[in-house]
Amino acid sequence: MSEKISEDSNALSKQSKLAQLIKKTASEKIGPENTVLVWPNLVYLELIAIMVSVAVILFLSLVSPAPLEELASADTTPNPTKAPWYFLGLQELLVYFDPWLAGMVLPTFIIIGLVLIPYLDPSPLGKGYYTFKERKFSMLGFGFGLSLWWVLILIGVFFRGLDWSWYWPWDDPHFHQPAGAVKLMDLEIILQSTLGLSEAPLTTLGRYAITKANVLTWALFLGFYGVGFTVPFLFFRDFYRKLGFVRYNLTMFFFISMMGVPMKIFLRLLADVKYVLVTPWFKF
Amino acid sequence: MLKLLQKIRSIVNKTQVFKSIFRHGYPDTDGNRALVMFSNVILHLHPVRVRRGALKIKYTWCLGGLTFLFFILLAITGVILMFYYVPDTRRAYNDIRDLGTVIYFGSLFRAVHRWSAHAMVFSVWMHMTRVFMTGSYKPPREFNWVVGVILLVTTLVLSWTGYLLPWDQLALWAVTVGSKMAEATPFIGAAGPFGPELGRNSGNDMAFALLGGTVVGQSALLRFYVLHCLALPLITALFIAVHFWRIRKDGFSGPL
Ligand code: HEM
Repeated sequence: MSEKISEDSNALSKQSKLAQLIKKTASEKIGPENTVLVWPNLVYLELIAIMVSVAVILFLSLVSPAPLEELASADTTPNPTKAPWYFLGLQELLVYFDPWLAGMVLPTFIIIGLVLIPYLDPSPLGKGYYTFKERKFSMLGFGFGLSLWWVLILIGVFFRGLDWSWYWPWDDPHFHQPAGAVKLMDLEIILQSTLGLSEAPLTTLGRYAITKANVLTWALFLGFYGVGFTVPFLFFRDFYRKLGFVRYNLTMFFFISMMGVPMKIFLRLLADVKYVLVTPWFKF
Repeated sequence: MLKLLQKIRSIVNKTQVFKSIFRHGYPDTDGNRALVMFSNVILHLHPVRVRRGALKIKYTWCLGGLTFLFFILLAITGVILMFYYVPDTRRAYNDIRDLGTVIYFGSLFRAVHRWSAHAMVFSVWMHMTRVFMTGSYKPPREFNWVVGVILLVTTLVLSWTGYLLPWDQLALWAVTVGSKMAEATPFIGAAGPFGPELGRNSGNDMAFALLGGTVVGQSALLRFYVLHCLALPLITALFIAVHFWRIRKDGFSGPL
């Protein structure tokens, strides 16, 4: 009997605590004066949005029905073969990276990077409203990656034609572009010839004959990451302190890797570099 | 005229049939407007009241909701298309062509399905951009952002698997591009870094698992069909349910 009573009073105090909590949050955030009923205010808005969107979709469907090309045939390869538009950014990367990077590693990094965003950004500022000033780094970083994604897609959709060559809108899409005289070279070959380094391997690692030029390319590659990790650590102490060790290193890893993508594109376009790193197992 | 309609409505609202379906009167009083949110399975995704700020179109641009709408349109038109389509390399192409030539509204259903797919991919990216720009992934909504990223991926894969089904040149070669990438996966692709070292060949690698063979053929078509029409829509619907549940639990981020 007494047990029952104490249980009840326990429940009662829990309930009153809950009631207090509800009252508190209600008065703080969602006091009735700041809220409106969902029916009709939101429901009607949704209804209008639904009707407009369905009308747009119907209109597009009527003026531009779904295409159907010739029957699939393994014997004739269309030129160019384009993936659906939302993957053309990745396909465009195939110009600059091998498929294991463009098609697998980079997309995996993008997905993991996106998943990590909420856990890497400790700033409570700019939650629930648009602001650039209060979160410059995250806005610029995310904006950069997103622009890169969309620019590559636009290039793939509008500027790539036969043989995946570059076509301006005024070029005739039915003629092949003249093959350029560009001769792509691996970075280690460029270094070897310009610096006059010996071709004799310093040592071998299985199939991997490591030359001086080879070591140099590794040094440049790791140096890129090294500088990227160190400079903010030394000169933006506040940035480092706010993030802490783990968040800082993860953030910088994904940030530097992202910056590496346009870096490689520029190396290729401006210096005719084919691969930065060459090993018997992968090229980069 | 309006009077007459109102009269009819008030009579209809009192009938046993109306009450049995909706369990309360027409939502023109505050009480019934609250009840409609509790008792209607679709509307109960919503709370009864929202903050004024949440209604600002310039905050959400309706993008999450539109993504959901396109998903629904895809489900409806997809079911209709399934009536006419057999995932057999010998007839898939003709089935799709028949939609445009002999089936009433076939062309329309196909076009709506395709445009909705484009629209869903576009709006899911835009929705993610909005959520980022308003910092809505910050606590307590971190996990819902993760659920969102999963939805982004399933949306893209859904579109991509659907791309093969018409079995035309566009379909075959777009998917071939993709399977070349699967082949190049590090460690588990026959042409990827360390793949051959680990014993991967064209008969046991990632691309083989995806295509059910070494080329884009009958097994690939069947796999993509099952993924596209069954597995991925179910997974997506499941995560959308979690996504919406979490929006209700975490509260909506908008301004006051
Ligand atoms: C199938 C895909 C998706 C659907 C149907 C969907 C649907 C929705 C809806 C209806 C909302 C309510 C607010 C609004 O309309 O903006 C919402 C909010 C949200 N979504 Fe999505 N979403 C999807 C994908 C994503 C993605 C890709 C992300 C991010 C990576 C994401 C993250 C969020 C977050 C964090 C919220 C809470 C926003 C806030 O409180 O302001 N969602 N989603």
